[in-house]
Amino acid sequence: MAEIVDGGGGGGKHGKKTAKKGSARIDMTPMVDLAFLLLTFFVLAATLSKPKAMEIVYPKEVEDKGPKTQVNKDLATTILLGEKENEVYYYKGFFKPDSTILELTDFSKDGIRKMLLERNRTIIQAVNDLKVRYNNKELSKEEYLDQMGDITGADDAPFVIVKTVEETKYKNVINAVDELEICNVRKRAIQDMAESEAIAVRQRSSELGL
Amino acid sequence: MPKIKVPKSAPSLDMTPMVDLAFLLVTFFMLTAKFRNMEPVEAEPPSATSEIQLPEKVMLVTVDKEGRVFFDISGKKIREYTLNHIRTRYPSMQLTQTQIDNFVNGGTFGQSIGNLPQYLSSDNDVKEIMDKQTKGIPVDSLDNQLNAWILDGYQGFLDDANELGLTEEDLKDKKNGLSYAIKADAETEYAKVKKVVDTFRDNQIYQFNMVTNLKGSDAPDAKVNGDQ
Repeated sequence: MAEIVDGGGGGGKHGKKTAKKGSARIDMTPMVDLAFLLLTFFVLAATLSKPKAMEIVYPKEVEDKGPKTQVNKDLATTILLGEKENEVYYYKGFFKPDSTILELTDFSKDGIRKMLLERNRTIIQAVNDLKVRYNNKELSKEEYLDQMGDITGADDAPFVIVKTVEETKYKNVINAVDELEICNVRKRAIQDMAESEAIAVRQRSSELGL
Repeated sequence: MPKIKVPKSAPSLDMTPMVDLAFLLVTFFMLTAKFRNMEPVEAEPPSATSEIQLPEKVMLVTVDKEGRVFFDISGKKIREYTLNHIRTRYPSMQLTQTQIDNFVNGGTFGQSIGNLPQYLSSDNDVKEIMDKQTKGIPVDSLDNQLNAWILDGYQGFLDDANELGLTEEDLKDKKNGLSYAIKADAETEYAKVKKVVDTFRDNQIYQFNMVTNLKGSDAPDAKVNGDQ
């Protein structure tokens, strides 16, 4: 702790009491403590109160029922989110009521991310390379964003459809989109689950005893 | 030879500049801190790894656990203009100047047009009760008042932009443009959120900021190598 320093003003040299002449110093430590406490509080309050957000772009119109462009079934993955929080399934390719097997998964590190990383391996590799080049200042921001769009939106990039039922928890939807973002899957859509898929989910859940 | 005297008192540091600086910063943060309006609804958003910050100029629709819809738009001027448009749309709604001021200075609300005047002239205790009892802003297809708020909120935003002399080009810039945010409770049924999203989509708005809490992330960047 800091000390009150006597200014050395004549402390009764001649045995006479004289008023101190030196400037009176006050111990400022508590004030400093308080000041920094307040400072810390306001700094933290200012930075913590800013909410974060996740950008989601929805398709322009309801999916048109017309003839769809041929999509490669090897690139398709569908994530099905059931009524309950732990009902998270996925299947690859197209849905066939008899033969498609729904794989149970979750949002942990070894859950859906593992599958997505595996499936999107080449894209992620390319994106990481691009990031390195950008960090080394080899690319301008425009070029970076441009190429990023080219890589993630390429025709042969895997795409993921997240399908929900009415009761699906919002949390699960955000989790799923977040995983896609982490795994650089930019070709994605959120859709309603088809009736056949909903039935399959219910069946699978009762099989697994969820 | 005179000896050099070493002062015996403990070395003391002049803290004045530090204190000055500290108080300067305290003052700065205190003055720039914006007090948040009391939120009438609890909605704990889900966690995600996204670190995008919510934009300043934002139209925020809150959906709580039960699916009740609340509306908010930032900026006093924008709020004022928005309310003007709403009043032209619903001429039956009579508002006093105090009620208008209350709206302009207020924040999130979840009242139907019919209940809004009463809500605006109530004191905080009554407001709290009304917030608990409200069914939120109607979003049914028969009487979609959220649709009206979205349209008129956008008009209000345009009025404000006009006044500021912003051109259409300026508005394309994210900083000046109006963003649309949805803050839904993690436990909300997605169908309820989708209703709000669809209302926006009816008005050709497709891009949203979903409000999230920052997750203590375990892997912010996907690395292929680390996974092999």
